[in-house]
Amino acid sequence: MPGALHRVLFVDLARHRSWVEDRADLYSESLGGAGVAIELLREHCPERCDPLAPENPIVLAVGPLTSLYPLASKTVAMFKSPLTGNLGESHCGGRSAMALRLAGYGAMVIMDRSPTPVYLSVDAGGVRFRDARTLWGMSSSLTAGRVMLEREGGAGHRTVLRIGPAGENLVTYAGVTVETYRHFGRLGMGAVMGSKHLKGIVIAGNGDLPVADRGAYQRTYRDLYTRAVRSPAMRKYYELGTPENLGPLSAMGALPVRNLQATGYGTEPPLEGEALAREHLGRRLACSHCPTACIHLAALREPHPEAPYFYKTTFVSYDYEPLYALGTMLGVEQPEDALRLLDVVEHLGLDAMSAGVALAWATEAFERGLLDEKALGGLRPAWGDARVYATMLECIARRAGPLYTLLGEGVDAAAAEYGGDSYALAFGGLEMPGYHTGPGAHLTHLTGARHSHLDSAGYAFDQEDMKAGQSRSPKELARALLTEEARRQVLSSLVVCFFARGLYDADTCVACLSAVEKERNWDDLMALGEDILRRKHAFKAREGFEFDALRIPARTLEVPTPLGGLSENTLREAISEVERLLASGERFSHG
Amino acid sequence: MGKRLRVVDVERCVDCLLCAFACARRFGGGGLAKSAIAVRSVGGMERGFVVVVCRACEDPPCLAVCPVGAIRKVEVGVRVDADRCIGCSMCVEACAIGAVQWDAVERKPVICVHCGLCAQYCPHSVLAHEEV
Repeated sequence: MPGALHRVLFVDLARHRSWVEDRADLYSESLGGAGVAIELLREHCPERCDPLAPENPIVLAVGPLTSLYPLASKTVAMFKSPLTGNLGESHCGGRSAMALRLAGYGAMVIMDRSPTPVYLSVDAGGVRFRDARTLWGMSSSLTAGRVMLEREGGAGHRTVLRIGPAGENLVTYAGVTVETYRHFGRLGMGAVMGSKHLKGIVIAGNGDLPVADRGAYQRTYRDLYTRAVRSPAMRKYYELGTPENLGPLSAMGALPVRNLQATGYGTEPPLEGEALAREHLGRRLACSHCPTACIHLAALREPHPEAPYFYKTTFVSYDYEPLYALGTMLGVEQPEDALRLLDVVEHLGLDAMSAGVALAWATEAFERGLLDEKALGGLRPAWGDARVYATMLECIARRAGPLYTLLGEGVDAAAAEYGGDSYALAFGGLEMPGYHTGPGAHLTHLTGARHSHLDSAGYAFDQEDMKAGQSRSPKELARALLTEEARRQVLSSLVVCFFARGLYDADTCVACLSAVEKERNWDDLMALGEDILRRKHAFKAREGFEFDALRIPARTLEVPTPLGGLSENTLREAISEVERLLASGERFSHG
Repeated sequence: MGKRLRVVDVERCVDCLLCAFACARRFGGGGLAKSAIAVRSVGGMERGFVVVVCRACEDPPCLAVCPVGAIRKVEVGVRVDADRCIGCSMCVEACAIGAVQWDAVERKPVICVHCGLCAQYCPHSVLAHEEV
């Protein structure tokens, strides 16, 4: 049946062939998105393969709510991560989910390696392999994306995914830029594309989506839309965007500053959402089918360095996490400087967060004498010096010399060679997100299946506890985090943007699914969420991940959080409980 | 008189496509194949967008070129008689602003009927449904 969600598009880059397989089995069991992607990854990724070898597949998956409901706007990518060596999972919006689904596919599995650089042009008719030799080596991922779109022309709603120099050069945290301002940012999907000689993917879709119950669909849609545009929960993302968080995090002492040597600026931090909007906000954009328009673009007007009365205006997308990583974490406090660094990583195709944390470690290691000017290629990193950081980012993307090569493999790799692991801020191999709120945040970074702050949002539990003046036992915290992570497996299998987690409560998820597909109850969905989470952990274990081997950087224990200093024993106790609950097979989201 | 759909402030458009999805839902399902309204970027998303939809011409070129008389004028805009339409797509070519969309699934033109559903679902007041 054309347009059905369970059509999975397979791409063999070595032979330049593609075909569609009907995987109704997978979709009926696991919904879509993350649930389906983890199965496709398990099936097609050989055990213990090198993540940058041709055998590592890239899976893209959408779900039953994609393109049918507002805020169901994300695509889930899965692959084996070259950064952590186990589960690579990243979610991205833009037009990607809509284009894939309206092209008539529920998922795409990209396998093997092309003999020469190519990009893919995908539509309802299948895949065309386009020569990308001329695009390979371009200094900007943005130019390459524009060329691909212009060359493809054509009808339908289009998305363009592509890598920059960092991905081509196999920096293990290279990201993939989608449209111009969205990303499959974390865990190195860009490097996996680079290893496949795959410069980009253009997908065009314009199809129809039949629904099971038209009346119920219309009613459910109207109700959800009304709540989405009236909800105070969405207003935060709508008005100032995620940088709204920066001020409160700074005031509570949870904002990492200068490699987490400090935790805030009091009540008037730099790079704060309100001031950024007032001085720099140039335009707002939305992902397809999202009324919220959380994408905030700064208009950066700068004089030309040589010509008088010659200005250029660059649009730079900004969010809390990149501002933390390339701003406060590096002591970069001028908004123009931080925005320039954000623009640099956009062109290079680096994950802003891992890149910022890597530079922060290098700056401290240089200050402490572990790195010298010679190793740094004559550069002297200094807090707040955006010019030197911009050059260092180029060196990382181009893998200029042994130090920058290691910095391009993450802070763990760099610290293993040069020392300074007590302030190498990575958890499970992934560089730290911008939350030092308390035990919840760091337990999410440690135990989340992809070590992302979005896995189980421990920072939100910390803030709840702060407000309530309470604390949870390690066991309670472990269970609460796992329950939240299981719920998020349901959302990322439907696939719904996590920013809409407040709107997509249990009843809404059930009503949405029942109208377009078939009746499911929430308890079954949560059981599925737990199951998907266990399957992800099974994949991690298969690839060598061990909870016991998790490193807790000493810096996170030394610097107090708003909930006080953290104790390693408490964190380890919670980690053990997470491991026990996952291994036990018991339903942890009850009770 | 009837109501006509009008693009009142395109600078506020964020490319969410809720208008296009609303239009397609008139037929009960989802997707975009049957949407009569389109949003395009003007040379890069940061430069803004154009919303392309029927202007309800006084003398509609789409009607004039139809070789089988499948397009007729109504109080506001036109209607397509899908049974009579032979799918030649000459109407698509005839519209200078590209407001005749093409349903690639059915191989028929899709033209706005000025019902205003899209304006109800525009979260940023780009569209209005106004008395002519």
